[in-house]
Amino acid sequence: MRHTLSVLVSNHPGVLTRVSGLFARRGFNIESLSVNSTENPDTSRMTIVVEGDVAALEQIRKQIHKLVEVIKVYDHTEESVVERELALIKVSVETRNRNEIMQITDIFRGKIVDVSDKAFVVEITGSEDKINAIEQLFRPFGIKEIVRTGKIVLARGSKNTE
Amino acid sequence: MKINGARILIESLRREGVEVIFGYPGGVVLPIYDALYDVEGIRHILVRHEQGAVHAADGYARATGCVGVCLATSGPGACNLVSGIATAHMDSIPLVAITGQVKTTALGKDSFQEADVTGIMMPIVKHNFLVKDVRDLARTVKEAFHIASTGRPGPVVIDLPTDVCSATMEFSYPEKINMPGYKPYYEGHPMQIKNAARLIKKAKQPIILAGGGVVAAGASAELTKLARLTGIPVATSLMGKGVFPEDDPLSLGMLGMHGTAYSNYAVHEADLLIVIGARFDDRVTGRLDTFAPNASVIHIDIDPAEIGKSVAVDVPIVGDARNILQTLLEEVKPMEITAWRERIDEWRRQYPLSYGCDGTDGIKPQAIIETIHRLTEGKAIITTEVGQNQMWAAQFYKASRPRQFISSGGLGTMGYGLPAAIGAQIACPDDIVFDIAGDGSIQMNIQEMATAVSNKLPIKIAILNNGYLGMVRQWQQLFYDRRYSHTDIGYTNPDFIKLAEAYGAMGIRVQTPEEVEPALQRALECTDIPCIIDFIVAREENVMPMIPAGGSIDKMMVD
Repeated sequence: MRHTLSVLVSNHPGVLTRVSGLFARRGFNIESLSVNSTENPDTSRMTIVVEGDVAALEQIRKQIHKLVEVIKVYDHTEESVVERELALIKVSVETRNRNEIMQITDIFRGKIVDVSDKAFVVEITGSEDKINAIEQLFRPFGIKEIVRTGKIVLARGSKNTE
Repeated sequence: MKINGARILIESLRREGVEVIFGYPGGVVLPIYDALYDVEGIRHILVRHEQGAVHAADGYARATGCVGVCLATSGPGACNLVSGIATAHMDSIPLVAITGQVKTTALGKDSFQEADVTGIMMPIVKHNFLVKDVRDLARTVKEAFHIASTGRPGPVVIDLPTDVCSATMEFSYPEKINMPGYKPYYEGHPMQIKNAARLIKKAKQPIILAGGGVVAAGASAELTKLARLTGIPVATSLMGKGVFPEDDPLSLGMLGMHGTAYSNYAVHEADLLIVIGARFDDRVTGRLDTFAPNASVIHIDIDPAEIGKSVAVDVPIVGDARNILQTLLEEVKPMEITAWRERIDEWRRQYPLSYGCDGTDGIKPQAIIETIHRLTEGKAIITTEVGQNQMWAAQFYKASRPRQFISSGGLGTMGYGLPAAIGAQIACPDDIVFDIAGDGSIQMNIQEMATAVSNKLPIKIAILNNGYLGMVRQWQQLFYDRRYSHTDIGYTNPDFIKLAEAYGAMGIRVQTPEEVEPALQRALECTDIPCIIDFIVAREENVMPMIPAGGSIDKMMVD
């Protein structure tokens, strides 16, 4: 089962290495990872997507929590959250399919952020499924390159993400 | 008055109550050694290899419970600490290791004697620091000692660039610590303690399994009370040896791979395991799915990550073992488990720890340990190397108090015993300290003989010399069809007597059983130099009983 963990850490150099090293050492493969500063300049938030059964995840969560620079670890898997990823997709364009690509982009509320005679760069945000879906639809036209951020999440409502 | 970083470091160590540092100088730690030249109140022990420094600091910490401190230069010096830091990490020993580092402007440039010590140490420390600004130094030292000594103890490394040591500032030592991510739990959950008491009350065949956490928590007295009040028998892991007096009728000795047969049978048949400060190491459990198949488990540990890591737990209690046992003691009563104890005593009669004494194949190593135990009245501090010597020492030196038996458990580091004995002897100058060694292990840090001699430490080094890397040979005999690949070192061993004498120590060779006791007497009379006793023992003696790795109790070999 896939889990989404929020890890709130002190904003020290090397803390990313500590967390990612721990995952590797304990045999967990990180599927996606995003790190950035938070509302508090002393802390950063890592959002980590990882695959594993409940007991294994419980263990890795406790191990992460033991790191001195980790302030909080939270598993969002069972929670109501807003989750987003951002992707930039460079899709091949020919005159005959230009409109179709623009329509698909519109339907997904994406943006065409770069235009040339052979390719568009489409910017798309949303859940992982949504990005997977547009990627599928673009594939027949020819995807030249794709880059995706890791997933980020926040708890819904006034409750803090922890 | 402004002082430099090196003096700030030393002053901070003094504030933390450090009395002894084990170290070895080098280029980038020159400012620190300059500050140590005329320091008062801190004794620096010069070792002969940095691995000796870290093991000695570890031995010092295990003997006293205080944080051990070692110091090494950058690059190779720091790298030589690695196995010692990992040893302390596996056994949860409080250490602060200070490593020199190239100056901050040379970091990351493959400078002379530069190594990424922060990166190298990260997986084997409780925490580590790279100090890039002298203004952070005093706070870092304070945090390092706090982290090393609280919660589940462990090693902390401070990597200290040489320009930080030379930079100057006004010294002030912080009083408070602010680490939002580090808050160990000490109080056990009252509800869980009640649940534990309920399980204990219902149990018919309970066993206590005590580990190194009981030593760290200083909970030996509470544990002993609990056992004697309820009548529950106590087995210990290697790390827990001594937390319960091994001559007590309730003691089952050590359990696990080379534990007593009766402790392993008892755990196998138990309906309740009360596990205190132990972590279900594979050397204790053997095959997990057949470990204690009928038992409910109460697990008391200060580290929440140990709960449920290997074995499913019915009642987890996270916190300090001493606090928890104090509360638990109010909830329990004497138990009606005489039948259970009689059953265990029957196993004890049937499968005692024993060894053949036909006298045909030379000195039995087990007999040497028993003689050492008798002559020291069971009061000596015992350090061990790793291998057969370690297991025989654990089986036959009955410990009566915590911090008496000092051994590399989790990592199993050969070469640990001699430097650990140095640390223990410096911590406890009035105690008799024995290093129980093998002829293989002792050669891994033999250079520390010079440290022991120059500090006039009367350590006794009992080499159980069988001319083999004995434990590996035992496995080759049992599982690899006696193909003794690269384990016979007998023909190339040095003359350990001449070696002792070359270092300025005493050396005694013992070749017959009759010579054992007089030789040990002579060694015990030696009070200002170390003494190597080279016991030529039965070559192919095995450590028994034995549960093969990953095996279950029914695979136990008794002899």
